[in-house]
Amino acid sequence: MSTSIRALMGACAVGALATAAVAETTITVATVNNGDMIRMQGMMDGFNALHPDIKVEWVTLEENVLRQRVTQDVATNGGQFDVMTIGNYEVPIWGERGWLVPLTDLPDDYDVDDLIPSIRSALSVDDTLYALPFYGESAFVMYRTDLAEAAGIDIPDQPTWTQIKDAAEKMTDKDAGVYGICLRGKPGWGENMAFISAMANSYGARWFDMDWQPQFDSPEWQAAFTDYLELMTNYGPPGASSNGFNENLSLFQQGKCGMWIDATVAAGFVTDPEESMVADKVGYAVFPNKEGVDNHGNWLWSWNLGIPQSTDAPEAAKAFVTWATSKEYTQTVAEAQGWRAAPPGTRTSLYENETYVSEAPFAKLTKETMDAATPEKPSVQDVPYVGAQFVSIPEFQGIGTAVGQQFSAALAGQMDADAALKNAQQLTQREMMKAGYIK
Amino acid sequence: MARAVTNRRKAIITVAAWAVGIAIFFPILWIVILSFKTEGDAIRSPLEVLTSTWSLISYETVLERSNYFRHFWNSVILSLGSTVIGLIIAVPAAWAMAFVPGKHTKDVLMWMLSTKMLPPVGVLVPMYLIFRDLGLLDSRVGLVFVLTMINLPIIIWMLYTYFREIPGEILEAARMDGASLRDEIIYVLTPMAVPGIASTLLLNIILAWNEAFWTLNLTAAKAAPLTAFIASYSSPEGLFYAKLSAASTMAIAPILIMGWFSQKQLVRGLTFGAVK
Repeated sequence: MSTSIRALMGACAVGALATAAVAETTITVATVNNGDMIRMQGMMDGFNALHPDIKVEWVTLEENVLRQRVTQDVATNGGQFDVMTIGNYEVPIWGERGWLVPLTDLPDDYDVDDLIPSIRSALSVDDTLYALPFYGESAFVMYRTDLAEAAGIDIPDQPTWTQIKDAAEKMTDKDAGVYGICLRGKPGWGENMAFISAMANSYGARWFDMDWQPQFDSPEWQAAFTDYLELMTNYGPPGASSNGFNENLSLFQQGKCGMWIDATVAAGFVTDPEESMVADKVGYAVFPNKEGVDNHGNWLWSWNLGIPQSTDAPEAAKAFVTWATSKEYTQTVAEAQGWRAAPPGTRTSLYENETYVSEAPFAKLTKETMDAATPEKPSVQDVPYVGAQFVSIPEFQGIGTAVGQQFSAALAGQMDADAALKNAQQLTQREMMKAGYIK
Repeated sequence: MARAVTNRRKAIITVAAWAVGIAIFFPILWIVILSFKTEGDAIRSPLEVLTSTWSLISYETVLERSNYFRHFWNSVILSLGSTVIGLIIAVPAAWAMAFVPGKHTKDVLMWMLSTKMLPPVGVLVPMYLIFRDLGLLDSRVGLVFVLTMINLPIIIWMLYTYFREIPGEILEAARMDGASLRDEIIYVLTPMAVPGIASTLLLNIILAWNEAFWTLNLTAAKAAPLTAFIASYSSPEGLFYAKLSAASTMAIAPILIMGWFSQKQLVRGLTFGAVK
């Protein structure tokens, strides 16, 4: 009798251990409300089948709220999130500070060498990856082929700013509500400053010289910003100083813009026949440059999944991160929703896939512009920072937004280009002194 | 003649009141309208928005994508919890200040109000660290505590001004008739104070329901109320107006309905003592 009781107890203990072994680990993933991220939430069956013991909780937030929440949590070691969706602006800064788990021993079938080199390098500190890319983008020109044809112009594959200005002038028909060019004007380091910084790069300008002195008083910035204002004032839509990505997207979709220069991810939206009135009339060209300057803006952005050091489930988090950024995930999305829905801009193999390239007319150019982006050398002049349409230093969020407000005010007609550049120079210099970059 | 002037004045005031009312209500109305449109239609010009077809697609998407009821339930617990605890503290406090004022009552009242003058973001990081160390991040208990504390000065002030309107003579008369302190509070004071307590309760529920700083910053997945639910429908890249409007409508509907039914109480409580 006692033996059987003992056997029963033993069996119970084994049972309890077994339950503990498959007990659920819950990971909390903080993410932004972007199409590709939302799509991933609908694709979780694939992950659950592979990892039945990992339960994923989503926290979806608006980009600015998310950025503030995750920064606060990672900096205080709060441990609220196991996986964070962060940009390539944050990854090197956080990685260097030891806030993120280094992603060294990735599984062989992950094929880390397939990651697009510019993205991989943007997410690495000393050749160690600190986050894995979920989708990536560069920037290019989207234009209305029908309007270009009607105006008798031919937009080359690699236009210069002079050609863009000429095209904008010819496409503008304000009486018909068509504006030659739509560009970002809403203040913010990730709004108008993303575009204006890229435009300045393509004029040969730089944010800082090798001694961290701001360069807004340089002739390159002067030329870039004056041309930006001229383009927008003469050929841009009214109220452009409050237009960001979404506002321009909606203007372009409604057929009110001749050209729109913005993130490559926009191409997927403007060619979506369900949302866009001009879906079949969009052409693409490389981000323009100024004559004689070999630089096409160097816009490079990716949304990535990183694991904060404060997580209590690093293995489960890693399993999720590698799954969500894997080739298999792309394949699953393509099978369920077609190749156009595949997250773009992270893997070379996607662009070698003929079905994808034929279904997404913007694929080839997206890859080319991403390959051409060099975050380690954003300007033709020497710079002490890495970056692209931003500068990878912690102070940039504050400085970029403050400068963006000056530039937006100039676009709204509250001051001229010289005054805006002078203010930008002064405030950047002050902040850089405060932060100890300039003695 | 005098009558004509009065009538004209009345008409002007009526028109002006309606204009102000519509201007205040219009954004909410527009949110509700947009919530019944598709994303493509929601970004068209106002006239096109009104004439385009109506659709429930945004509600479907929002319900499918997020767990509305979990957020809703969190909002209910946070607002009711903080209100009940707040009242338990505030009623005796206001009672004492109104009927047995001490030398420093006025100073204490001012000090309490002054805590509302600090921008909350100024104490965000210390609060976050305290919550982290106490294991209260993303917990309803922690948030109920915070919401109680931030609304406490307002409800003490409201109740205090309300109680002050109750004449002390009535209490004295009750005492002369032989009422004990308990009888005095239960049979004389409470019935007179019920409208004031009720409007304070309603206002506190509304304030706690709409609080969007601490509820966003101290929560992640488990304790997030409807404010976090709304925040998840804005997007930096892509169209979201219709879905955001649907989420907002669903988030404000319960409190709007509650406010609608209790508006008599609310207005009475808020304007009590305003005209003497």
